[in-house]
Amino acid sequence: MALAVVERRVDNPVEQPSVERPVVYNTSGCNLWYGDHHALKNINLEMREKEVTAIIGPSGCGKSTYIKTLNRMIDLVPNVRTSGTIEYRGRDIFSKEFRVEELRTRVGMVFQKPNPFPKSIFENVAFSLRIHGIKNKKLVHERVEKSLRQAAIWDEVKDRLHENAYGLSGGQQQRLCIARSLALEPDVLLMDEPTSALDPVSTLKVEELVHELKEKYSIIIVTHNMQQAARISDKTAFFLNGEVVEYDTTDKIFNRPSDSRTEDYISGRFG
Amino acid sequence: MESAQKTVHTDEVVKKIPTRLVKNNIYKTVFLLATVVTSLVLIVLLARIVSQGAPYLSWDFFQNFASRRPEQAGIKAAIIGTIWMMAVVIPVSLILGVGTAIYLEEYAKRNRFTSFIQMNISNLAGVPSVVFGLLGLTIFVRMFFFGNSVLAAGLTMSLLILPVIIVAAQEAIRAVPNELREASYGLGASKWQTVLRVVLPSALAGILTGSILAFSRAIGETAPLVVIGIPAFVAFLPTSVFDQFTALPMQIYNWTSRPQEEFHFLAAAGIIVLLVILILMNSVAIWIRNRFEKKY
Ligand SMILES: Nc1ncnc2c1ncn2[C@@H]1O[C@H](COP(=O)(O)OP(=O)(O)O)[C@@H](O)[C@H]1O
Ligand SMILES: [Mg+2]
Repeated sequence: MALAVVERRVDNPVEQPSVERPVVYNTSGCNLWYGDHHALKNINLEMREKEVTAIIGPSGCGKSTYIKTLNRMIDLVPNVRTSGTIEYRGRDIFSKEFRVEELRTRVGMVFQKPNPFPKSIFENVAFSLRIHGIKNKKLVHERVEKSLRQAAIWDEVKDRLHENAYGLSGGQQQRLCIARSLALEPDVLLMDEPTSALDPVSTLKVEELVHELKEKYSIIIVTHNMQQAARISDKTAFFLNGEVVEYDTTDKIFNRPSDSRTEDYISGRFG
Repeated sequence: MESAQKTVHTDEVVKKIPTRLVKNNIYKTVFLLATVVTSLVLIVLLARIVSQGAPYLSWDFFQNFASRRPEQAGIKAAIIGTIWMMAVVIPVSLILGVGTAIYLEEYAKRNRFTSFIQMNISNLAGVPSVVFGLLGLTIFVRMFFFGNSVLAAGLTMSLLILPVIIVAAQEAIRAVPNELREASYGLGASKWQTVLRVVLPSALAGILTGSILAFSRAIGETAPLVVIGIPAFVAFLPTSVFDQFTALPMQIYNWTSRPQEEFHFLAAAGIIVLLVILILMNSVAIWIRNRFEKKY
């Protein structure tokens, strides 16, 4: 893998497409406390449009906390305090004017454990359309089909759309959840270890999916699988004990890390 | 399996199996006896009631009003009265109870005040029903001038079963997995949308099962009716919630306290009617649970 990345660099040494892309998320000086526990420490990150940003780091380093902060799912945890700013397309996500419902509509999320609703496959995907008041039957059908196709699960479920989603396998459920979050055509997709509960074949499918979705969406993905980060991401942020140790192109992080802790981690010396 | 350093000697262990099986059988017998005793008591009770009351279950019994002569006495006013009362109890207690449960579980911040309220609700569930009768007498009958009407009795009964409904609904809401709420919030749903479309449908079976059991209690409860002065001798049907009425347990209570034996048999017949209603309601609860459990 590392070889392939190196090769690409040599082939096209000046290619750095990321720099010009508009910024989607700008995090500066962000801190977060669970009660007294300082879980995020002075995070500064800039994430760009139509890129895959991977967040790696050992367990408990704050990856989930950070990604949940990006769409304010962290609000659901009691006794959480934050400081600093996070801007989504130039708008402060913590400001009163920016409603969380709007933020979460623009920024979709896929969770670690597949969490379909105990409804039919169709209704799972249609859910977000319905809560946003889209009633036009034809439009709902179109969006459901399109989302299921984008999530590469259409062929597997097209004959059983009205069966309960709990009858799907874990990998299928996760792709259904991806389809569900695509139904409203969000701008950004947050994924928190979306493959950690899946088998290798399903994992590969989801990875391919991320690669395709990148054409249309900006993706921020948490993973503790470093090969996965190397395979699918453009940028990688390495978290350790609530801090960002290093943030750079995936190529640089995996081939020429500037911090020795990053090097230790990616070469498997700890974590 | 067989390794050189065995610390457990299988042959020794095997020898103890018979003793363990004897113990197993003893406990099995104890549990069986417990079941038999409860069932027997129930069967004797039912047999007595049915043998006494069944002959009196005639068409006239359902058609007649109260009467001084046992052969003309019927249960019509009590059945219709109970239906009227439940028509107040069911909506009032469901709206207040489920509303409170949703607020406490989904909206309220976890602080001293909410835990204080929570503790009070749980305690209220243990307050004797006579006390609720006194409350109803003071507030609904006297303060609001509802008199001993359907409305006063219905509201009193609603208060009586409210704690049970709140606690049952809270349990059901709490049992809804958090992942489902996260999934909904993550799609940009508001709190109300999440409650309405995800939490309540998942909790519905539990809420309804608990509520129907509470309604059964309201149907069978006598003490609060006695305290707020619901008459037992009523020869007319209510036409609005402000009218006087009587209810099944009042009628049964009245009949059992009469000297003539025929009235005791009438009471048994009334109990059969009450039991049938309760069985029907519990069947509905079970049906709802099976119907909504898996999917909504
Ligand atoms: N709800 C919570 N309450 C208190 N502490 C938490 C909570 N969630 C996470 N933490 C703590 O915050 C730190 C970061 O957790 P998390 O973001 O889940 O790590 P990661 O996803 O990188 O494994 C851990 O030390 C964890 O114990
Ligand atoms: Mg995590």
